[in-house]
Amino acid sequence: MTQPERSASVAGEARVVALVSSGRHPVSGRAGRAREDARAVEMGLALAGASLHLAHAGDAEDAALPEYLGMFHGLEGAGGPGELSLLPMAAGDDAVPLLASWLEAYGANLVLTGQRAECGEGSGLLPYLLAERLGWAVATGVAAIEHYAGDRVTVLQALPQGQRRRLEVRLPCLLCVDGVAPMPRQSAFGPSRRGRVEAVANITAEPDTLQAAWQWQPARARPKRLKVVKSTNARDRFKAAAAKSAASGGQVLTDLTPDEAAQKLIDYLRAEKVLPAVQPGDEGQSSA
Amino acid sequence: MSVRRLDPHAERARRNRLHPRHLEFARPAWRWTSADGVTRINPHALGAIGPNGIRRIDRSGASVEAAAAGGPQASAEPSRRQITIDTPTAYVAVVPELPEGRLSDHDRDLLGLARQLAEARGGAEAGVAVVAVTFQAEVAGLEEAGADRRVDLSSRVDADSYAPEARLAALAAVETALAPAHWIFADDFPGGGDLGRRLAARLALASTASGDASARAATRVWQFADGQTLSRAGDRQDIQRDLARVLLALPECAEPVSETRHAATLLDLDASVSEAPAAPDVIDRGRVAVDPQQIPLAQAPFILSAGRGVSDWDGYHHAAKVLGASEGASRVAVDDGYMPRARQVGATGTFVSASCYVAVGISGAVQHLQGITKCQRVVAINSDPSCDMVKRADFAIIGDGDAVLAAVCAQLGQPQPERGDSRHEEVHHDAA
Repeated sequence: MTQPERSASVAGEARVVALVSSGRHPVSGRAGRAREDARAVEMGLALAGASLHLAHAGDAEDAALPEYLGMFHGLEGAGGPGELSLLPMAAGDDAVPLLASWLEAYGANLVLTGQRAECGEGSGLLPYLLAERLGWAVATGVAAIEHYAGDRVTVLQALPQGQRRRLEVRLPCLLCVDGVAPMPRQSAFGPSRRGRVEAVANITAEPDTLQAAWQWQPARARPKRLKVVKSTNARDRFKAAAAKSAASGGQVLTDLTPDEAAQKLIDYLRAEKVLPAVQPGDEGQSSA
Repeated sequence: MSVRRLDPHAERARRNRLHPRHLEFARPAWRWTSADGVTRINPHALGAIGPNGIRRIDRSGASVEAAAAGGPQASAEPSRRQITIDTPTAYVAVVPELPEGRLSDHDRDLLGLARQLAEARGGAEAGVAVVAVTFQAEVAGLEEAGADRRVDLSSRVDADSYAPEARLAALAAVETALAPAHWIFADDFPGGGDLGRRLAARLALASTASGDASARAATRVWQFADGQTLSRAGDRQDIQRDLARVLLALPECAEPVSETRHAATLLDLDASVSEAPAAPDVIDRGRVAVDPQQIPLAQAPFILSAGRGVSDWDGYHHAAKVLGASEGASRVAVDDGYMPRARQVGATGTFVSASCYVAVGISGAVQHLQGITKCQRVVAINSDPSCDMVKRADFAIIGDGDAVLAAVCAQLGQPQPERGDSRHEEVHHDAA
C-alpha cells in the first residue's frame, strides 16, 4: 500500500485522533486490541506519526489500552510516547455525549475508528451519532488514506468483491476503518509502558437510559434455513425432495474450432457483463 | 353386432357412491366374463387418470371415476393470494439493496421481515402497507416479494454513484411525507448499513429529548418473534429488545413472502422536494482500478482457473491478464508446481465466491466443486465432455484449453507475444 502524501504544514497542526475500544479475540475470547480499531491506529500512525492521539471512553484498567499505546514504535522522526485520553465511565453509560464534547474541546479534525466494536452493543452507530451531533462528515469502509491536505481528505473505500472506490471527504470528519485496511503493527512492551494515559477531569457520564429495557443473552446459533417446498400436492413435494440439485445442466458446445469457441466464450462473457461491452472501434480487431 | 346403449339410471347410480344400488352398477372396470365364458381384460380401463394427470390403479375394488383427459395438471407454482390495500393507514418502509438492479435474496428477506412487522400491527385489514423505497426506476418482482407500495427516488438520486447525503435527504423527504412506523435496511457495508445508520442517527437526534426507547436503531437484527427483535451484539451476546424505529437486518432475518401477491403501486411524493446539500461532504470520485491479482481469492469477482489440462502456462497467465481475471488453480496444478498454494481453489484451498468462474482443463473433483459452490456462473473449457465440471458448468466448451485461450487473446486484440519475448518477464504471484 502506498504511504499517504501529506503537506507538512497541515500535518503539523492537524489533530488526528483514533478512538479505540476494548476487543475480544474471536476464538480465545481474550481481551486485547479490537481488530478494526488497531487498523485505525495503524492508519493514523502512518498519517500523523507520533502526533496521533488516542481516546477511549470506559474503564482505566482495560487491558487493551497498553496494547494500543504499544503501537507507537518504528515511527520516522522523533517518536515520542503515545498519549491516550481516558474518559472515565461505567459499562452502562452513554459514550456519545462524552466523546462529542471531548472531540469538540480537543479540536480534532480527523477521527479514525473501527466500524464496529467487539464488546458491548457493537452496533456501529457511534461514529454516525457523533457525526450527527457534531455536524461532521462521516465515511465508512475506509481501506486507505490517499491524500490529506487542506480541508479535504481523499480515501479509498472498500467495496464487496475486493473493489475500491475513491472518496473525497470534507474535514473535520470521522472515518470508519474497514477490516481490509493494512495490517496493524505489533504492540511492543516498552512503548506500552512509556505511553501515557491521562484521565480527563470534570466530566460526568450519564447512564444510557435507552438500553434499560434490553435483555442480554448469550448468542444463539442462527438456525439454518430449511428448503421448504410449498406445494399443494404430494407429487411436487416428492419430486422436489428426490431431485438432484446439481443436475441443472448448462449449455454444452462441442465440435468447435478454437476460434469459434473463443468467439462463443467472449460473447457469453459479454452477455453476462463480465467483460466490458464491445466498443465500435474493437469490431475491426475482433473480426480480423 | 349390437348397439351400445346407456342406461341413465345405471349411470346415475354408478356416479353416486352413496346410491343403494351403486355396487350393482359399479363398472366392472377392467375384467369381465364374456358371453362365451372367456375372461376378458381391458388394459386401458385399468385404473383411472387422477387429478394430477397420472394414471392411478386402485385395487381396493372401488371404482374410480376417470377424469377428463387433459384435465388440470399439476401446477409447479401454487397460486398466490392477491392482497390489495386501497387506503393505507400506516407504512413499513423497506430500502432494498438491489445489487445489479435486481432484488437479491437478502432484499426478499427484508421484505418478508417487513410483512411480519406489518402483520404485527394489524396487517392488510388495518391498512398497514409495506412500501419499498428504491433508488432505481425499474425494479422487477416487487409484487411477489411483498411490497404494497413503492417509492421511486431515481429522479432525485443518481443510482450509480455513492452520494450518501443526497440519499439521506431523499429518505428524509419520504419520512416527512409518509412517516413510516419502521424503516428496514440491509445491514451490510457500505450499502444499507451506512445509509440506515445515517438515517437512524438523524432520527435519534430529532427525538433525543423524548427519551423514546425505540429511537435507538436495532442493528444486525436476525430474528423477529413475539413483538421483539433479536440483534447480534459484540462479544457473543444477543440483545432482545422491543421494536425499534430503524432496523438493520442481516440476511435470512425472515422468510420471504411466498403465499401472497401485492400491488406495488407507485406512490408519488410531489410535496416538499428537499434538495441535497449543494456542497456535499462526501464526494464520489469513481471506482479505482484494482489489480485482479491483488484481490484476495475468496473475494475475487472473476476467476480464470487452470488445471491439469493446461500445458501452455505462459499463455494462461497472459489470458488472465487480457481478461482481467484473478488466477486460480486446481490442486493438481499446484502440486505440480505451476501455481502457488495460495491460488488453490477447493476444499483444501480457498472457497471462492466469484460471480464468474472459468475453469480451463479442470475435470472437477468433488473437493474442487465444493470450493466453487458459491459461484454464480461457471464456465468450463475441457476436452472431456463427460467430466463433472462440464456437468456443473452453466456454459461448457469442449476443446483444447490452450488453443481456446490463445484464440480468446487474439480476438480481444492482444495476442500472446512470441515466446522469446515472454521469457524475459517472470510472472510473480503475490504471497497472500
